[in-house]
Amino acid sequence: MSVPRYWRETRYRYRLIGEMCTECGAIFFPRRAVCLKCGSVELEEYKLKEIGTVATWTTIRNPPEGYEKYAPYIVALVELDDGVMVLTQVVDIEPEEMKTGMRVEAAFRKVKEDGSSGIIEYGFKFRPIIE
Amino acid sequence: MIMKTVNTVGIVGYGAYIPMNRLRASEVNRVWGGSGTPIEEKSVTAMDEDAVTIAVECARYAVKRGKIAPKDIGAVYVGTESKPYAVKPCGTIVAESIGATPNVMAADYEFACKAGTEAFQTCIGLVSSGMVRYAMAIGADTAQGRPADALEYTAACGGAAYIFGRKPDRTIADLEGSYSFVTDTPDFWRRGREMYPRHGSRFTGEPAYFHHVISAAKGLMEELGTEPGDFTYAVFHQPNTKFPIKAARTIGFGMDAIKPGLVVPFVGNTYAGSTLLGLAATLDVASPGDRILAVSYGSGAGSDAFSFIVQDEIANNPRLDPPVSVFINRKRYIDYSLYSKLRGKFIK
Ligand SMILES: [Zn+2]
Repeated sequence: MSVPRYWRETRYRYRLIGEMCTECGAIFFPRRAVCLKCGSVELEEYKLKEIGTVATWTTIRNPPEGYEKYAPYIVALVELDDGVMVLTQVVDIEPEEMKTGMRVEAAFRKVKEDGSSGIIEYGFKFRPIIE
Repeated sequence: MIMKTVNTVGIVGYGAYIPMNRLRASEVNRVWGGSGTPIEEKSVTAMDEDAVTIAVECARYAVKRGKIAPKDIGAVYVGTESKPYAVKPCGTIVAESIGATPNVMAADYEFACKAGTEAFQTCIGLVSSGMVRYAMAIGADTAQGRPADALEYTAACGGAAYIFGRKPDRTIADLEGSYSFVTDTPDFWRRGREMYPRHGSRFTGEPAYFHHVISAAKGLMEELGTEPGDFTYAVFHQPNTKFPIKAARTIGFGMDAIKPGLVVPFVGNTYAGSTLLGLAATLDVASPGDRILAVSYGSGAGSDAFSFIVQDEIANNPRLDPPVSVFINRKRYIDYSLYSKLRGKFIK
């Protein structure tokens, strides 16, 4: 990701902020300019719930470029408690411990590094709930 | 001289975070043939964690616990010696992630293991003077030791964040006074571009750690007109299990006073996070009226001592953040190979 693009999305990625359509109530994350459901352009910021349930998941063993050192890692579809589905990594757990339906919470992690001299991208992943 | 505030300043919220990987001292011995066990085990970051992610986790918990609006935080200072960027503050990333930007001061502090308490004092001054309503001080590190070095057993990862506020805002522990003791002592250092620190081996004990910790603790207690018996708990910087216990005994504290905050045997030395984590673990069990002594130590060298008096507020609210004990018990053992990968010792 380019530095300007990363920077534009920083606060949304750091704080799990998506957008809600003021016409039909649909919620999007990442953010969108136009509602995918009704076509409205009237969207406002919406703070997503930071807790949810694993809907489905898989282990990535052959990662795309830039993610090699994190492999193997788990990618899941998590249904947040406000009904929004997010595609996210799940951390602090081994693949054999993963279960569909398990409860997870947001964790702030490094997402990607642009080599040893470029910027470090941070953002949210999910983990089993710490309590 | 003792440092006191013009207005009553206290801790409004605090939060801790410790990564879940653990490397046992026995595993270091297995690989390098040593026999030392300065601690049982130490915490190690996951591949996608660093001092910034640790600082953010602590900060988020502190905001939750303090139940304050992030926009009311006027300063975010991160004490660390493991900055992911040589130039670019961790403080801005933390401030952005908790929603304290843009009307906020943000910077990083470096003073080896006492950078976190250095940030305490700055925050306390800013809050006391009325310049800001709340200020956040964080100590977070992902310290590295050279393979087979004594520090490889103990150099660990973790941190804690504190939000300071001024009465009549709700405070859970009020500052009674602070006292610093600093000299130019080269007991431990790391030059720019070097991956591992160097240290003066035996020099790190008496003239460095003990001299500064004991001088700061005694200086503070003397000026407050207090004795060890007046404190329910005491926390000393924890580079290993032996040092804080010896310092406590020399000053006149028993094990009962330091035990709740003695996290090093199962976490390791979290550097700038060490005293802050110990204080957090102590606050976790403290009751209104308890007096807590906290003394940091940073190589280079210096100590900051603080006396806090726990307020009724600590009992009033059910906490929304996990106590330190939860993080200590949340663990996954790793072997030396995985440890080497996680700490970037292999080049792929
Ligand atoms: Zn719509």
